[in-house]
Amino acid sequence: MTDTVPLLRLDSVCKSFGRHQVLRGVDLRLDTHEVVALIGSSGSGKSTLLRCVNLLEAVDDGTVELDGRDITDPRVDADAVRREIGMVFQAYNLFPHMSVLDNVTLAPRRLRRLPRAEADASARLLLRRFGLEDKVAVHPDQLSGGQQQRVALAQALAMQPRLLLLDEITSALDPELVGEVLEAINDLKQQGMTILMATHEMAFAREVADRMVFLDEGVVLEEGPPVQLLDAPRHERTAAFLRRFRTAAS
Amino acid sequence: MDLRSPRRCAVITSLLTPLILLAAACAPADDTTATSSGSTSQSPSATGSDEPPAEDECATGSLPLYEDGTLTIATDSPAFEPWFVDDDPTNGEGYESAVAYAVADELGFSDDEVTWVTVPFNSSYQPGTKKFDFDINQISITAKRAEAVTFSDGYYSASQALITLKDSAYAGATSLADFKDAKIGAQVGTTSLDAITNEIAPDQQPFVYDDTNNAKQALLNGQVDAIVSDLPTAFYITAVEIPQGQLVGQFQVTSGETEQFGLLFEKGNPLVDCVNAALAQLQQDGTIAAIEKRWLSNVVDVPELD
Amino acid sequence: MAVPSPPAHVRSARQVERDAWRRSRARRRTLIAAVSTVVVLVGTAWLVVTSPGWERVRDTFFDLDEARAVAPDIIRAFWMNIKLFTVAEVAILVLALGVAVIRVIPVAGLAPLKLVAVVYTDVARGTPTLLVVFLVGFGVPALRLQGVPIDLFWLGVIALTFSYGGYVAEVLRAGIASIHPSQWASGRSLGLSYGQTFRHVVLPQAVRRVMPPLINDFVSLQKDTALVALIGLVEALRTAQINSSRDFDYTPYVVAALGFIALTVPLARATDHLALRAVRREQGST
Repeated sequence: MTDTVPLLRLDSVCKSFGRHQVLRGVDLRLDTHEVVALIGSSGSGKSTLLRCVNLLEAVDDGTVELDGRDITDPRVDADAVRREIGMVFQAYNLFPHMSVLDNVTLAPRRLRRLPRAEADASARLLLRRFGLEDKVAVHPDQLSGGQQQRVALAQALAMQPRLLLLDEITSALDPELVGEVLEAINDLKQQGMTILMATHEMAFAREVADRMVFLDEGVVLEEGPPVQLLDAPRHERTAAFLRRFRTAAS
Repeated sequence: MDLRSPRRCAVITSLLTPLILLAAACAPADDTTATSSGSTSQSPSATGSDEPPAEDECATGSLPLYEDGTLTIATDSPAFEPWFVDDDPTNGEGYESAVAYAVADELGFSDDEVTWVTVPFNSSYQPGTKKFDFDINQISITAKRAEAVTFSDGYYSASQALITLKDSAYAGATSLADFKDAKIGAQVGTTSLDAITNEIAPDQQPFVYDDTNNAKQALLNGQVDAIVSDLPTAFYITAVEIPQGQLVGQFQVTSGETEQFGLLFEKGNPLVDCVNAALAQLQQDGTIAAIEKRWLSNVVDVPELD
Repeated sequence: MAVPSPPAHVRSARQVERDAWRRSRARRRTLIAAVSTVVVLVGTAWLVVTSPGWERVRDTFFDLDEARAVAPDIIRAFWMNIKLFTVAEVAILVLALGVAVIRVIPVAGLAPLKLVAVVYTDVARGTPTLLVVFLVGFGVPALRLQGVPIDLFWLGVIALTFSYGGYVAEVLRAGIASIHPSQWASGRSLGLSYGQTFRHVVLPQAVRRVMPPLINDFVSLQKDTALVALIGLVEALRTAQINSSRDFDYTPYVVAALGFIALTVPLARATDHLALRAVRREQGST
């Protein structure tokens, strides 16, 4: 816990869909350069939480602050906020009617008004970091799932976001493709990216995350460094949740 | 289990079924378009044999009719004035209705032995058996048309007329040349349309309408400057239907002969000979002239455009 | 270090026999199909040509001299149809896109506009195009409003645009709705506005997806241009009618029909090609 203003702060965030209350007062903070892994069973609200940070959903109550600024204020330009926050989803990230290069350069060209040549050059550099520079001209349907997710990361990074939200981006992949994506995330962390990621990959979280947060029934039940949360959870429900993974991953 | 038997059955069935269905559907029907009476003459009165039929051939009982005991006459709907009245051919009013009943009477049919059927103009000349004995519908006789159907002798000579609105720039025209830059409309399938192209030859393409109702509407809307129709129709339009209309003048369709209206028969129908005999008789004894005087008399003082 | 490709597989005797049997069956099927097709076609042709009314039908519908005589007029008249459907199609797409966007956009407070869009769609699709041509072609000039065109070509374009706009709007709307919501989320997450996401991400995909029905409607429009004949414009079908009633011969109609088919065939093949490509692109995944 530091004294500086956290990059991201959630304060008593609530969100319901109809009668079903998904988030019941979530408190969370994220400092710059931190990598936080968000875990919890399906329906616990992980995706909803991320979408609230991203302003894809409007919170029902509570505030989300980005760098001290309340971004849940309705007068705030949500599009401008989203330019600073990158998000990658589980699937369907890429635009199938465009080439990989166009996918990555679309936002910079339209939003930052970069000329095509410049945008293309930056995009190629980005894609090279992910080992995909030879795929610039192909369409997403010709990529494997792992390649698509890596392009999606490049697409999000092309806008140079201050914060990256990852919503279970490896959950839909075949097991042998998961590794390359996790490697990419690790690279990002090494370069100092601030990441909030929802994930099921416990082993990966242990390695990469600075902190893990367990979301249960719409509230943060427990959080702490991976070693503590995974090996010595304080709550019974946390332990029960983790047990399911241990038996599955034998 | 031999899987080939059912498949072989299926193949044979799929081969034969369409053939059987086709053979049944195309069972030759009795077609009366057998030998044509041999006329390829260029004269407007394209008929059957050139000799008048013998008396007993035209006795009412021995006429070749579509339906025995009744004379079936066709016309289009709506049936326009002054050729018919109130869109009702059975009332005997209107030039063509009167002529039709006169012919029927001459052939020996009483008024209630005449049946009217509605046949759209475009269908009247389709090949195959006609569902009427003859069609009366202001149809002009031409040699080309006589290749497809048989016409009786002419029962009316039609000249064409131009109608504008009273306040039109063309209302005071005295010759066809005055209409060169005008927008002119006419009904499809009429010789009025040909008259525009051949006699007036305006700079703009003529406007063509399904029937005179649409042409009249276009005139009222100002979408056309003038419309062409045969003289009696034009007179009726300006006298009754469009009071603000002006009958500018009449003109003849050249090419040597005046346009004649004829009764339309199925090609080679021998009934035409008896009808021609009837028409000849009606011309001779003044019946046609009287009918014309009654229904078309007001057309005499229309100025001639050249 | 390159991995050498495995040696080509040599088939066992059993497999050779299986393949030979399958090939012989396939050959037999082709033979049966070919023979039966030929038999049916030739049989139909024979039945038609030997029917008693064939001579008259041939002379009335397939008179080559008549065809040669009327073809230039009819082909020239097709120019009117082409002008009509080219101009109308552009107007239709613009109108339809506008209507579809109004119905789809999630902006609050647009309810009155959305209602107008719904009513328009219902009326446009519910009224026969023929009726719309008639009402616009004769009704609008009769109102004698200032500045409203009474030129028949533009009245025809307006009528066709009004009528087809409803159908195409619904097609576009269906296409837009069929785009996975994640595509919206993906675009918005990058910071693109609703309009930008719609224009660059959703609409291109939606249009590609509904290209077959769009082209279908376009092909239909090509035929419906003949309806403007009602208000006086002379186009290909009317020209056929004029010639037909002058000569008491139906061959001009056959010529016009062939002309319309000739217009449609290239579009139909183009649609097939586009549809295949779209399916591959959109549904191809890991």
